[in-house]
Amino acid sequence: MSKRIDVKDLNVYYGDFLAVEDVSINIEAKSVTAFIGPSGCGKSTFLRTLNRMHEVIPGARVEGEVLLDGDNLYGNGVDPVTVRSQIGMVFQRPNPFPTMSIRDNVLAGVKLNNKKISKGEADVLVERSLKGANLWNEVKDRLDKPGSGLSGGQQQRLCIARAIAVEPQVILMDEPCSALDPISTLAIEDLINELKDQYTVVIVTHNMQQAARVSDKTAFFNIAGTGKPGKLIEFGDTHTIFSNPVEKATEDYVSGRFG
Amino acid sequence: MTSTLTPVRSKRSALTKGQLPKYAPYIVLAAALIVGAAILALIGFNAFGWGLVSALLFAVGLVSWSAAVEGSRKAKDRLATCLVVGSFLVALLPLVSVIWTVLVNGVPGLLNPGFLSSSMNGVTGVYDNRAVEEGAPVLGGIYHALLGTVQITLLATVISVPVGLLTAIYLVEYGNDGRLARAITFFVDVMTGIPSIVAGLFAAAFFFAVVGPGTKTGAVAAVALSVLMIPVVVRSSEEMLKIVPNELREAAYALGVRKWRTILKVVIPTAISGIASGVTLAIARVIGETAPILVTAGFATSINSNVFGGWMASLPTFIYTQILNPTSPANPDPSSERAWGAALVLIILVMILNLAARLIARIFAPKAGR
Repeated sequence: MSKRIDVKDLNVYYGDFLAVEDVSINIEAKSVTAFIGPSGCGKSTFLRTLNRMHEVIPGARVEGEVLLDGDNLYGNGVDPVTVRSQIGMVFQRPNPFPTMSIRDNVLAGVKLNNKKISKGEADVLVERSLKGANLWNEVKDRLDKPGSGLSGGQQQRLCIARAIAVEPQVILMDEPCSALDPISTLAIEDLINELKDQYTVVIVTHNMQQAARVSDKTAFFNIAGTGKPGKLIEFGDTHTIFSNPVEKATEDYVSGRFG
Repeated sequence: MTSTLTPVRSKRSALTKGQLPKYAPYIVLAAALIVGAAILALIGFNAFGWGLVSALLFAVGLVSWSAAVEGSRKAKDRLATCLVVGSFLVALLPLVSVIWTVLVNGVPGLLNPGFLSSSMNGVTGVYDNRAVEEGAPVLGGIYHALLGTVQITLLATVISVPVGLLTAIYLVEYGNDGRLARAITFFVDVMTGIPSIVAGLFAAAFFFAVVGPGTKTGAVAAVALSVLMIPVVVRSSEEMLKIVPNELREAAYALGVRKWRTILKVVIPTAISGIASGVTLAIARVIGETAPILVTAGFATSINSNVFGGWMASLPTFIYTQILNPTSPANPDPSSERAWGAALVLIILVMILNLAARLIARIFAPKAGR
């Protein structure tokens, strides 16, 4: 239940502005890939092109190919909705639906699409998803309470439960821990380690230790200057990137000597 | 000799030195009232002048006292407080005055037997003359007008809410600030400024042309009112939809939910409390319209429960005709009593709608409990 992603010569534009230039990368199935780099270098933008979420912003477009197990996401007639139901996303700020209970939040992907699901199946799905997100024990007694009443870390895990409830092939995480405290961060990192048994996980992070802790492979993005496009500088095993990088810029960045 | 004396310590802490006591404004207020009364007594007393002079004296007195004791920064603060409170009182004056006048004049009308449950059908000047001359109870009521107002407003709401809400959804979710969206926003703004009588004339002319000359029904009035209501609904719904965080839309998209479903199941439920209270306030805004109803629904003295056929009374037009053309020209008092009673009912209706708006906002608001 997981697929690989291969990106070939991808350019991302906002209107006429080239935001990310010429990225080629191969993301293995059932692995954790981390994107690191300074702010504004295009790693979040690039992540959002992997499930066509960048199209939500008016004027955003891409050139190049993103292949999900060989199928081009940007091929003719591909419905972005189909893409997104296979490639889920967790955002920087936890965003549970405020009008829904915890249970309904987990079932949101099913219910919002008006798929019929029996109560028994729904219960199984809710329990499985919440257990998958390490949240079941904390919320099992208050599934009917609003999701917005949870703590920040719990809300983020609820969002992860919501994402895995639609059984995607790939989960994209856009700085999922940047709004959380160390304890919640640890909980999410443990969760990422468990998720990679079943899913392909791609995570954007500002925290290099986090990238070192959770990922199998790391991609370093950088930007030459303001107004210039972001580029993929180096991509390799996390261990290599952090201990013995090829590029000088990567070494400067991971050793904190940047700028 | 000094050794036996404990040092005299001022009762007030050094930290609160140079402050007026808490009761200072009340002292100044009492003084201002007394001095004001004295001045007014010299030039001829009236309540309005007393209030005005006292207010001025209070402001001058408190600010200069404060300037002397507390310094100029505090004095400016007191001056600003005086101005804010003063403006608030001035703004409140018409409201209180209107409510008081309507209550005093309207309660007798409201207490007449059958005021809420009978129409003006068959009530002629003869009965009004008898009521004045022989002290018989004032007959007639506003049932027909109340029924008309409720029906016309309800129909206007049924027309305006879908149009207004869908327009707002287009503007916020699909318009992208493009040319069409900007044009719609511009024309909605223009619509907001349409005088209500023009809206009435539009509806009347439209139905004259489409259905036939002289078409006056509650439905025509409802169309006229919806012309007034739609821009209000568009504006308030637009604002409410705009403040729904984009993160929620993205969260739904990322789950593979289609855009229209996202709007229907995520965006609107999140904004529904604001939309509902906006709609209620728009209803309150048009329920008191007189001119457009006069030219579109005409006027009736008897009960007409068919909003699509025949002339129809409403509370504002009832008030208007009762005052302008009393049932008994010789004794207009019963008519004006009925008019004030109707005015009171109208105000109560509007207040109920406002309270309902708050209640709706609270019921639909997303709950953040544990």
